[in-house]
Amino acid sequence: MEISVTINGTTHTHDVEPRTLLVHYIRDVVGLTGTNIGCDTSSCGACTIHVNGESVKSCTMFAVQADGEDLLTIEGLADGDTLHPMQESFRQCHALQCGYCTPGMVMAAVSFLDENPDPSEREVRLGLEGNLCRCTGYHNIVKAVLHCAAGGEQ
Amino acid sequence: MIPAAFDYVRAGSAEEAIAALAEHGDEAKLLAGGHSLIPLMRFRLARPAVVVDIGRLEGLSYIRDGGDHVAIGALTRHRDVETSDLVAARAGLLGEVTSHVGDPQVRHRGTLGGAVAHGDPASDIPSALIALGATLVATGPQGSREISVDDFFSGFLETALADDEMLTEVRIPAADGARWGFEKFNRRAQDWAIVGVSAVVRAGGEVGVGLVNMHSTPVRAAAVESAAAGGASAAVAAELAAEGCDPTEDLNASVEYRQHLARVLTRRALETAGL
Repeated sequence: MEISVTINGTTHTHDVEPRTLLVHYIRDVVGLTGTNIGCDTSSCGACTIHVNGESVKSCTMFAVQADGEDLLTIEGLADGDTLHPMQESFRQCHALQCGYCTPGMVMAAVSFLDENPDPSEREVRLGLEGNLCRCTGYHNIVKAVLHCAAGGEQ
Repeated sequence: MIPAAFDYVRAGSAEEAIAALAEHGDEAKLLAGGHSLIPLMRFRLARPAVVVDIGRLEGLSYIRDGGDHVAIGALTRHRDVETSDLVAARAGLLGEVTSHVGDPQVRHRGTLGGAVAHGDPASDIPSALIALGATLVATGPQGSREISVDDFFSGFLETALADDEMLTEVRIPAADGARWGFEKFNRRAQDWAIVGVSAVVRAGGEVGVGLVNMHSTPVRAAAVESAAAGGASAAVAAELAAEGCDPTEDLNASVEYRQHLARVLTRRALETAGL
């Protein structure tokens, strides 16, 4: 089936099998490999992207469901060489260890702050419950989201 | 993991979706938000020959005040139920329970109707619908019919929906002024409940209690409700929480442990609900 999907502002048109998962389409067909596959069970959130501005696990959508939708992946977050404030906060707070969960964490965190711009620490932890960090580096991740919510000041 | 191949039908209307179901029978599955179906398909625990995508249907995503009830379209996403002022005011238990489903990403895509039609005893939402005494509206080739939540869940992942019917609306009897409690016991954030309890005490004193993962279906704690109606305290009524339930044993919990959890969590939920 032919689908047209806008990813990071560019519209892509491809013929896909209906059973193609969105994350496989993004990585293997479009070639954007910043979105990671972690668990394949809708648990870990490594494949989190935005669909029409909201965080979604791209392993739990078929590519055909994204036909006509507006997607944002980690590659589309920065403005040229200028990191998105959430990326900058992750960098400043050293909110990563191995980095595998980071693209999904950042995408989930951006969507979370869109919905709750001034969260408590507990709300951040609940807001990121769909993302697992197997290095267990949650402390600095939560710090980074709070840092970003506070305007990113030191 | 990649699902088995299937034919994909994108329904342009509810009528088209029902016609596709009528044509393909139990070979077809409806796809709404996909957050129950796609995980099963990835593991190939479900291998429908035909997937009928109803995710884009207009007119089945709404939350309306029906006077004596709140009417919620089957394609309404969890996120919209969770953040609805109308649900908070008139069916608050459902709003709270929905906020505990999965995680934010799941709630952005998953739908109320999908979660209910899946018929999973481990799902949180059916327990709230049982406690609140919801009515479910099923639409098929002959039109619509209403099904009481007590007649809806017929077996493990089985419901009263016929092969050619789709769930179109959930109606919650208005619970203005009610108090409620929801308890979900799990080992990690975002996990399914090992046991969960939804309890509501309506303004008139009527008590409703639904249980998660205590039976092959979502189940009503009828003995607890009867005891509460007879004036029993939360602690006394909750002792009856596992009565009539046939919970399974798995790597998370033995039967006895689930029964124990049901009693403890029911007491807590009832106390939070002000009984």
